Amino acid sequence: MSLETMSIFSPRLAARFDALVQKYPVKRSALIPMLLYAQDEIGYLSDAVIAEVAERIGITELDVRSVATYYSMLRFKPVGQYNIQVCTNISCMLRGADDLSERFQEELGIRPKGVTADGVFSLEEVECIGACCWAPAVQVNYDFLDELTPEHVPGILEAYRGKARQAEGTAPHA
Amino acid sequence: MPRLVSHPDEVKIVSQRFGQGAAKIDRYLELGGYASAKKCLEQGPDWIINEMKASNLRGRGGAGFPAGMKWSFVPKKSDKPKYVLVNGDESEPGTCKDHLIFLHDPHAIIEGTIIAGLAIGAKLGFIYLRGEYRYLLEIMEKAVADAYARGFLGKNIFGSDTEFQIITQTGAGAYEVGEESALMESLEGKRGVPRIKPPFPAVVGLYGGPTIINNAETIATVPHVIAMGGAAFAEVGTPRNGGTRLFGISGHVERPGVYELPMGYNLKKMIYEVAGGVRGGRKLKAVVPGGSSTPVLLPEEIDIGMDFDQVGKAGSMLGSGGVVVLDDQTCMVEFALRTISFYQHESCGWCTPCREGTDWLKKSLTRFHAGFGAAKDIDNIQYLAENMLGRTFCPLGDAAAMPILAFVKKFRKEFEEHLNGKPCPFAKHVEVTVV
Repeated sequence: MSLETMSIFSPRLAARFDALVQKYPVKRSALIPMLLYAQDEIGYLSDAVIAEVAERIGITELDVRSVATYYSMLRFKPVGQYNIQVCTNISCMLRGADDLSERFQEELGIRPKGVTADGVFSLEEVECIGACCWAPAVQVNYDFLDELTPEHVPGILEAYRGKARQAEGTAPHA
Repeated sequence: MPRLVSHPDEVKIVSQRFGQGAAKIDRYLELGGYASAKKCLEQGPDWIINEMKASNLRGRGGAGFPAGMKWSFVPKKSDKPKYVLVNGDESEPGTCKDHLIFLHDPHAIIEGTIIAGLAIGAKLGFIYLRGEYRYLLEIMEKAVADAYARGFLGKNIFGSDTEFQIITQTGAGAYEVGEESALMESLEGKRGVPRIKPPFPAVVGLYGGPTIINNAETIATVPHVIAMGGAAFAEVGTPRNGGTRLFGISGHVERPGVYELPMGYNLKKMIYEVAGGVRGGRKLKAVVPGGSSTPVLLPEEIDIGMDFDQVGKAGSMLGSGGVVVLDDQTCMVEFALRTISFYQHESCGWCTPCREGTDWLKKSLTRFHAGFGAAKDIDNIQYLAENMLGRTFCPLGDAAAMPILAFVKKFRKEFEEHLNGKPCPFAKHVEVTVV
């Protein structure tokens, strides 16, 4: 297939991938960044994503899956538009991560690994995110939120709901 | 934005540009940036390695291997290209120092990478950041692009005949990739499973070429070693432990944060003076001195200097410099369980002792903490952990076993208090059904 005409990625991402495979001494070094960037755009590693990445790198789909399953950020089913990742590792645990996670669960009505019915939020308890001195910390997609208390939770959710509404308003299909 | 802290006892070398806007290249230059790289370009590899050896700079990732010595292991002549690989996969629980370096001083990492490249004769360096650090990767990418635009990177760096290129790389979530050989595997587009050593990376590394791999803090320290002179840098620390360290103090302290203190700074003073003591005036129960993999210290064991040798003598490790402080309300069984849950999650599964050991330890501790433990479980936990030590290809097995052994040995009484279906004495979140 011709990748230029058949790509499932946006023209911008497709162009980025064209450059990425040229960048390294070995093409395959592009694999992990490519999977993560593809996931950022598509939402998860769908069969179509895996097929195209395999094609671009020149390895089998099985090989791509074998690598992808190793990395905890890579996922094979969709999550919410805003994926809330509460660090519950030691430094965050000592400063109230469990209470924070509980509050998110109550406010969203979902358990960890759940997705809200409207698809706006999903929740995860994650391992150390490297914000130990600003604990407890949470990542919403790639945003870091530091030094939180359960009282911050409703405001955080409202802010991201606002962003979601805004994104919907500007989407081409809206 | 992570909060910056300050204390009069700090000696700001690596963190001197934090909060100064040095992520912008002009500001970095104003603050003396790239002078060390230019000097190294003039002086040549042997001079650089001698300065590095004189500095007593030891690896800041955790192992504490002397950086100058590591660099000197790279063969001068090689048929395959040589590489520099910067390890920014910062994932050891309790550790967030590299986070601040990437945020505030990305050019120091670039400059250190250039110097490392000059020292070993590499033309290409990689800066690998954990996948969660996307905003920091973007800061690094901008800094690299700016350095290219100024001619500090490229075919003719600083107008010389020397070539040096840098590629930034994202991970995608894996603690194990912080291990150097697993890091190379990941950069080659594979699962982050460690390689058998020898051969060591200095001889056969990335893409089969000689490679030096250093932690991001180590690399960011290099330009300062050159600027100060190796001997002057060594003077700041203790014997065989040159310079300062970015200590991340977290947990139950009044003022958590990343503080730059001389190597050998007293741990007790670090907790009670620098970090303001135990939160809420509570009593200290335990200290994890160097990230979650380092054996716990009791309050009576913390009157020690924080360098690799003194913490080693006290039966633990300086590790990544992540000091985690626990007050008297902490359940040590729950803490041990949380620690092993992490290693069980992160074990790559290649070696049996680590894969099975972490899983059984997690199962035992889960049951134990829920109040369903038996007296023999305590010895079994110890037996399991002892049988992992030294029996795995990479240090993850030890990293999981060592802290658990220390928890059981030093807090055996607390384990015993959990016995016979008693609810956890500290329980807040554990639902215990007494059968």
